[in-house]
Amino acid sequence: MMEKEKSKLKMAVYWAASCGGCCVSVLDVHEKLFDVVAAADLLFWPIALDTKYHDVEEMPDNHIDLTLFNGAVRNSENEHMAKLLRKKSRILVAYGSCAHLGGIPGLANFTTKDELFRRVYLESESTVNPEKLLPVPEYKAREGTLTIPSFYNDVRSLAQVTDVDYFIPGCPPQTERLIEVFSAIVSGAELPPKGSVIGAGTKTQCEECIRKKSENRQIKKFYRPWEIEDDGITCFLEQGVICMGPATRSGCGYRCIKGNAPCRGCYGPPAGVPDPGAKMMAAVAGIIDQKEPEEISKVVADIEDPAGLFYRFSLPVSLLRRKMS
Amino acid sequence: MDFKPRIIAFLCNWCSYTGADLAGTSRMEYRENVRVIRVMCSGRVDPSFVLKSFTNGADGILICGCHPGDCHYQEGNYRCLRRYTLLQKYITQMGIEPERLKLEWISASEGKQFAELVNSFTETITEMGPSKIKDKIKVLS
Repeated sequence: MMEKEKSKLKMAVYWAASCGGCCVSVLDVHEKLFDVVAAADLLFWPIALDTKYHDVEEMPDNHIDLTLFNGAVRNSENEHMAKLLRKKSRILVAYGSCAHLGGIPGLANFTTKDELFRRVYLESESTVNPEKLLPVPEYKAREGTLTIPSFYNDVRSLAQVTDVDYFIPGCPPQTERLIEVFSAIVSGAELPPKGSVIGAGTKTQCEECIRKKSENRQIKKFYRPWEIEDDGITCFLEQGVICMGPATRSGCGYRCIKGNAPCRGCYGPPAGVPDPGAKMMAAVAGIIDQKEPEEISKVVADIEDPAGLFYRFSLPVSLLRRKMS
Repeated sequence: MDFKPRIIAFLCNWCSYTGADLAGTSRMEYRENVRVIRVMCSGRVDPSFVLKSFTNGADGILICGCHPGDCHYQEGNYRCLRRYTLLQKYITQMGIEPERLKLEWISASEGKQFAELVNSFTETITEMGPSKIKDKIKVLS
């Protein structure tokens, strides 16, 4: 144990297709950052350090002890970095919803590359593009060939691109959970089996939810959150507001629920659930209090966009994975 | 080559499976495209069973349960109907033809109706052609 503490942990944090919130959640350790810096050397972290890709390329294999990879894989640059960091890291962690499940960028799997390009570069109201130019990965200019990463048709999670050791869920992951995981690694504690979801619970949100639940949940109409006055006490589902709690892993500390907002499902499915949306459909349909097909259809019509709602963070890793086109 | 659709049928133990059994013991002939999976209740059919069947190459999926009011577990078939309604909406959003998924009530005495259902559903799916879901969802590297 003492031996281990002598050499500092070598750490990297990288963002692929992400918003930056995950990196900020790492910075949110606040004054504990001193403890982190005392225990770890940060070798590569684009949001905070001036390090370049070639610095990573020059490292020997398995040089980094721990890499927190956040963001989904959207283009060839993301994929290159995912594979490079895999090679250079002993432990590769998919950090946050996007790396874990595809996340919000994964909603792009409802469309295609061609549709996206058409909308963004040709049709959007603020676009002026009379020559109808579209981005190309390679362009021969007089001065030489210019390249940009190529844009993929599908958004993928990190594990769909490379081998991942652990998953830390959340949008973003709660900083407290990260500190727990970090301390465990630094202390040399025995790590969970490869492929585990760490820094989160195993059960569902509902299991320990602070809101009041009764046995008899029966819903005749679903509401969007702004359509009703939430009493602040009763289970959202019992009030007819769709809350992803029944199909979402616990461990976030109920921040949304405490803020009187229903769960959106960023922690992903609990252990043993392959498709969070399917679980949620089963749960939601179970509480509809109607027996006639027409009446049931009316209640289901209240759920405007089941695909987007139930797979908000998990479309690329769900069973169907993308819209058929 | 003739297209032979692969159809998965989830049949509830108490009514529909017995109904299918009756079709068999009565020596009724029906199309051989259907692969039966017996479940204890149509309410046991989780939406993920349906999605998984599609992703594994099923061209059509049948769910059969007891008639409304006849469920062995009182409410299981209503539960199934609600899930089915929601699931239909979801698969339509995902670009899957809703006709590929069908829910029907078959009682233990309706062997003939089961045979007719299988024949007509097989016909519908044959006309629609093979499902492309399995290819479409491949993760391209």
